[in-house]
Amino acid sequence: MTEILLGLVTPFRDIVTGPAFFVEVLLGGIAAGLMYSLVALGFVLIFKASGVFNFAQGVMVLFAALTLVGLMDRGVPVAIALALTIGVMIALALAIERVVLRPLVNQAAIILFMATIGLNFFLEGFGEMLWGSNVKRLDVGIPDTSFTVAGVLVNRLEMTAALTAGILVAVLAVFFQRTRIGRALRAVADDHEAALSIGIPLKTIWVVVWSVAGLVAIAAGIMWGAKSGVQFSLSLIALKALPVLILGGFTSVPGAIAGGLIIGVGEKVAEVYWGPLVGGAIENWFAYALALVFLLFRPQGLFGEKIIERV
Amino acid sequence: MSESGGEGPLLAVESVSVRFGALMALNRVSLDVRSGEILAIIGPNGAGKTTLLNVISGFYHPFEGRIVFAGRDRTRLAPPDVAALGVARTFQNVALFKGMSVLDNIMTGRLLKMRGSFLLDAIWWGPARRQELEHRAVVERIIDFLEIQAIRKTPAGRLPYGLQKRVELARALAAEPTLLLLDEPMAGMNVEEKEDMCRFILDANDELGTTIALIEHDMGVVMDISDRVVVLDYGQKIADGRPDQVRKDEAVLGAYLGLSHD
Repeated sequence: MTEILLGLVTPFRDIVTGPAFFVEVLLGGIAAGLMYSLVALGFVLIFKASGVFNFAQGVMVLFAALTLVGLMDRGVPVAIALALTIGVMIALALAIERVVLRPLVNQAAIILFMATIGLNFFLEGFGEMLWGSNVKRLDVGIPDTSFTVAGVLVNRLEMTAALTAGILVAVLAVFFQRTRIGRALRAVADDHEAALSIGIPLKTIWVVVWSVAGLVAIAAGIMWGAKSGVQFSLSLIALKALPVLILGGFTSVPGAIAGGLIIGVGEKVAEVYWGPLVGGAIENWFAYALALVFLLFRPQGLFGEKIIERV
Repeated sequence: MSESGGEGPLLAVESVSVRFGALMALNRVSLDVRSGEILAIIGPNGAGKTTLLNVISGFYHPFEGRIVFAGRDRTRLAPPDVAALGVARTFQNVALFKGMSVLDNIMTGRLLKMRGSFLLDAIWWGPARRQELEHRAVVERIIDFLEIQAIRKTPAGRLPYGLQKRVELARALAAEPTLLLLDEPMAGMNVEEKEDMCRFILDANDELGTTIALIEHDMGVVMDISDRVVVLDYGQKIADGRPDQVRKDEAVLGAYLGLSHD
């Protein structure tokens, strides 16, 4: 009994006595959290604009990374490969609007959700058919090494990824809160009929959000792929984005950011400091346990609208 | 409130029919909206008034007939394209963006007038910022005009019904429409709110020169503010004329007293 109590309390002492290490853990958590936020943002944008819960978001990450690596393996220079991948993701958005969304307009949300499950399987198979299913290395030219700042060990690759994700998240947040297109997007999310009547073309907005979700998928795919190789498990990132969404609220851009950071930092800190108490692996279930608590006590999330549909 | 001289009407609905299954919601209805006038469309419940408005704003497409706006056939346009031609509307059940502030709601009315690039927008710089400020000035004038200064930061969904209707009118006016369609702008309002709304509609017509077609049930209001009245009943037009003429029309009296259908 006293052992367990001690195990619960001593980490607080460790945090106070070893601040540099705590900062390292925090940085690692923020880095992971920003990546979760990035993937979650893709979900939020699509959910807000079209009410579709996009099951295929994770596979879009995989598909984007596969396309990029596949092109680079065939000797295409990085910049051109990146540009081509962006083009492919935008073309994908156009195709999805034309082939999936438009024929299913006015259908129930669950039907559209099922359509994205189909999209999920299609993209998975199509990606592997085009580029093969073996694990590929993605070299972005940033070494996976560490350096020390004021006694804090920092990983170069992780920091670059975190910075890029942070900038992307900030730009997207400003873009969708403050600009003309952002206002149109929020209008569409609120009331389709009214949005049409003031001249907002729904189809264009759909293509815009799916394109943005595609770009976000590229960014997430590059960062995750550079760390752990481009392989099928990349598409499982989406599973980590789910608790982020439940925490932040399905309809809130700031919520996706806050949710990602809370989960990223929370799971790292819990793993490092309280992991030994339960034999480790907290990182694997922390997010889901937190999500469960939220579902019980605050189902709309931190920033979400009160009445939302559960998916 | 002058009628335009030599040119044709601003909007011509020519022999338009709309059918929902076996129901003829509109049966060969023709009417004109003349530049600068206030036209009231009245009729008993289920007469096809809202259907007519939906056809004009592109939400429904007629299976026969034509709609000519400013001399051009635009029967099959989608709602955003109709809006782009300068037609704004309000809805019977108020279709505001409930989560957005009153100010943001009215700003959406300016969307069609805004131009700019993604990039400049994103960094909120230079022309994008200047443009935002220009449109903001227009919106502030409309806010003054409709006397809703005090609620500009309130989320639209939290306002009482009467004020929501007023904000919806503000959003429509923000688009500076040539033709404004109002679907029961005074439904559910008390006498005072109705008087205010009447004044706003008359002022919009008078000072901004907006042509207005409106659906309204309150006969007193209709007779007071409209230049011309069109009466629908069971999807057909049964009268069209000045308010004092329509008031005395036998078919209209019949429709309202339930005598003409046997």
